[in-house]
Amino acid sequence: MFLQNYWWFLISVLAAALVFMLFVQGGQSMLLGVRREGDRSMIVNALGRKWELTFTTLVVFGGAFFASFPLFYSTSFGGAYWLWMLILFSFVVQAFSYEFRRKRGNLYGVRVYDFLLFLNGIFGCFLLGVAVATMIFGAEFTIDRQNILDPANPVISTWANPSNGLEALANPKCLLLGLVVLLLARIEGAMFLLENTAGDATLRRRLTRQVLVNSVLFVPLFLVFLALLLMAPAYVADADGTIHLVANGYLNNFVDMWWAALALIVGVILVLTAIVGVVIRPKFDHAMLLIGAGTILVIMSLFWVMGYNSTSYYPSLADMQSSLTLANSSSSPFTLEAMAYASLIIPVVAAYIAYVWRRMTSRPVTPDDRDY
Amino acid sequence: MSDLISVVEWSRWQFALTAMYHWLFVPLTLGLSVIVAIMETLAYRSGSEQLGKLTRFWTKIFAVNFVCGVATGIILEFEFGTNWSNYSWFVGDIFGAPLAIEGLFAFFLESTFVVVMVLGRDRVGKKFHLTSTWLTAIGAMISALWILVANAWMQYPVGMTFNPDTMRNEMTSFWEVALSPVAMNKLLHAVTSSWALGGVFVVGVSCYMMRRRRQTAFALPAVKIGSWVGLAGLLITFMSGHSSAVDVSRTQPMKLAAMEGLWHGGNSTELVAVGLLNPEKQFDNDADPYIFKIGLPGALSWMARGDFNAYIPGIYDIIDGHDEIDGKPVNTVSYEERMARGAAARRALANYSATHSEADLEALRADYPYFGYGYYDNPAELIPPVAMTFYAFHLMVILGGYLMAFFVVALLLAYRADRWLQTLWASWIGMLSIVAAWCCSQAGWVCAEVGRQPWVIQDILPTRAAISALSASSVQLTFWLFAAVFTLLLFAEITILFTKVNTEK
Repeated sequence: MFLQNYWWFLISVLAAALVFMLFVQGGQSMLLGVRREGDRSMIVNALGRKWELTFTTLVVFGGAFFASFPLFYSTSFGGAYWLWMLILFSFVVQAFSYEFRRKRGNLYGVRVYDFLLFLNGIFGCFLLGVAVATMIFGAEFTIDRQNILDPANPVISTWANPSNGLEALANPKCLLLGLVVLLLARIEGAMFLLENTAGDATLRRRLTRQVLVNSVLFVPLFLVFLALLLMAPAYVADADGTIHLVANGYLNNFVDMWWAALALIVGVILVLTAIVGVVIRPKFDHAMLLIGAGTILVIMSLFWVMGYNSTSYYPSLADMQSSLTLANSSSSPFTLEAMAYASLIIPVVAAYIAYVWRRMTSRPVTPDDRDY
Repeated sequence: MSDLISVVEWSRWQFALTAMYHWLFVPLTLGLSVIVAIMETLAYRSGSEQLGKLTRFWTKIFAVNFVCGVATGIILEFEFGTNWSNYSWFVGDIFGAPLAIEGLFAFFLESTFVVVMVLGRDRVGKKFHLTSTWLTAIGAMISALWILVANAWMQYPVGMTFNPDTMRNEMTSFWEVALSPVAMNKLLHAVTSSWALGGVFVVGVSCYMMRRRRQTAFALPAVKIGSWVGLAGLLITFMSGHSSAVDVSRTQPMKLAAMEGLWHGGNSTELVAVGLLNPEKQFDNDADPYIFKIGLPGALSWMARGDFNAYIPGIYDIIDGHDEIDGKPVNTVSYEERMARGAAARRALANYSATHSEADLEALRADYPYFGYGYYDNPAELIPPVAMTFYAFHLMVILGGYLMAFFVVALLLAYRADRWLQTLWASWIGMLSIVAAWCCSQAGWVCAEVGRQPWVIQDILPTRAAISALSASSVQLTFWLFAAVFTLLLFAEITILFTKVNTEK
């Protein structure tokens, strides 16, 4: 159905924007390694101008997912409780750390707040990667809508693993994607700071080295993840909604949907160009634009092969027929349509964000900018 | 089953805890954003350096508070999924939409322009900065709009139909949901009462600064602006509060009865101004509901129905299905019948799931308005906690009345005798009034949400059927984690604000 596909497209856009905006977390994850006070202050002040945008993207991603695919919301959040709670806690502590860290009377001192920013930097990215990995490699849940009729046991979506989400941390494939997202965020964070801080040669060298070191880890791990994805079986629904296993389902999807494959390839090339550019040319200043566009294309293409072509975007390892597809988990056509009209505001929102972004980054952050 | 109840209780505690923490910061954000925007507008038009300094000071206070609202807010959105999983599916088709629209239309506006407002003074022009401040305030209000649309829908579900094939409620009219009169009254009530809270905060802090720091020239204009905004806000709060009471009497008569501790209804019902409830009074005994009370004769009848003689049903009357309009008895549906029809609706739904027959579908449709009652077999379980609802309502009204007097006196003194505002007395009264305003605001929410029990969606979905399948210990643990993190955060915020106020030059 068109509306379900349209909303999955918007979800993929928001997810891609979120992963791009995780450069804030990537930057935070490097914070404790920066010893010189002036450098750390510049980094915090450069990231501090952007953190709310990342935070808001996460909130809107959640809200849009709720409105368009509520069964995912009720199944994953209510089931993988601890995984999501840890993610949320890491963002809760981030929110006040910037504003509080250098304020007089903040009780706990700047080091505690910087440590909280660091925690959010590491775990925010890593755990979000793990959570998205379960949308490919599966999670253990069952769905029985008849349960609502049983007053003693009314819950429709139930989790089949008592670890309530933490079991994903024991799955190497999930850990891999967590690591890949973290490394990508760190590369983006270093690039953002190179472009937006007026650091001296030492800081610039440090940041360039961060790009290099993280990329050396990121590129092979990403390729391993891609190989695992292409070899993985997918759960696919047939015309009457019955779900069955398809070997190399995601690979098939890339073949069937050439535009997703194209987006993936172009995205990877853009990301690599940005990395190579920064590493070989000290004054390369298109890195954020390139890696941003590249990341967004790659993440969108992943979401497309995860959800389109009747593929289950949340396979259930406990009960195959409980797996979530766009068709069986979406809101009603009426709601999707009403929300589709509301979504027409997105270009306006993107336009004013871009305008303010340019105004606020017209000059790099210097050691004199001490707002945070 | 006992673990189920325990999960329900802990999930409720957790939601209450996080929502109440969130609501410490949100009304202050709503109020301060408008006050700062007015200050900046005055500074911009007059070019006054003094007002400019005042604006910058209050912008910093605003910024500290704003992030606390953000930090505590994210959790509420996701809690609908994490702790109220059944709710998310059963009504997500309707409830999810306002949340998504809030993000798209309001959060991005706020989070984009608050950065300009707080950090952009030396990066953008004065005009653009002023615009950003107003856009932040407007973003906060739009945000409140959609949250209150969502909340109002829980109290008064409209614009939807049940789809037995998907086992959930589905939206049939977006505008009925978005423009529900209950939502509009709630919006006015919540937003303008927040202006009042912001006003009290500004006045109280300014009195403190005048006394402790002798900064009269700096703080007196803030007293005036804060009092005017607060007074205007409070007047609208009173009017919308009255409309809300009328809404409640029509849409949730049981909540109104609980607000007043009214077990037996009648004509020309009095409004209890002050009272003490008898804790012995239960559904199944005849104890006197009150230990002591002072009532205003006929006032409840007038408040709810616009007529001093009108009949107001009490808890027993509602359960018996008795009401009167224009002196003539009308039979509403008794709770016995509602429970029977709720059970019938459940049976019809179970049958329909097996047979897909038209007859079962019709039976389901006929009884669906009482679907939620099918989860109960004892009317006593369908009465909200009377004492908590009663005291919360009365605390709100009494403190609201006090705040009205507070603003009038503050205005008189600010224009006629500002030396009185510089006394130690004014300083103490100002600071304690801030606490009173917060209690008033929180009490309003306690009244609205505890009075809604045992429902999450009035008549349709009981709270205990809305939960996630979690162990009680998991929810207990996250409850304490939130309690710890938010409390540490609150302490830090308070000391930061005090330090800021004490060191502002």
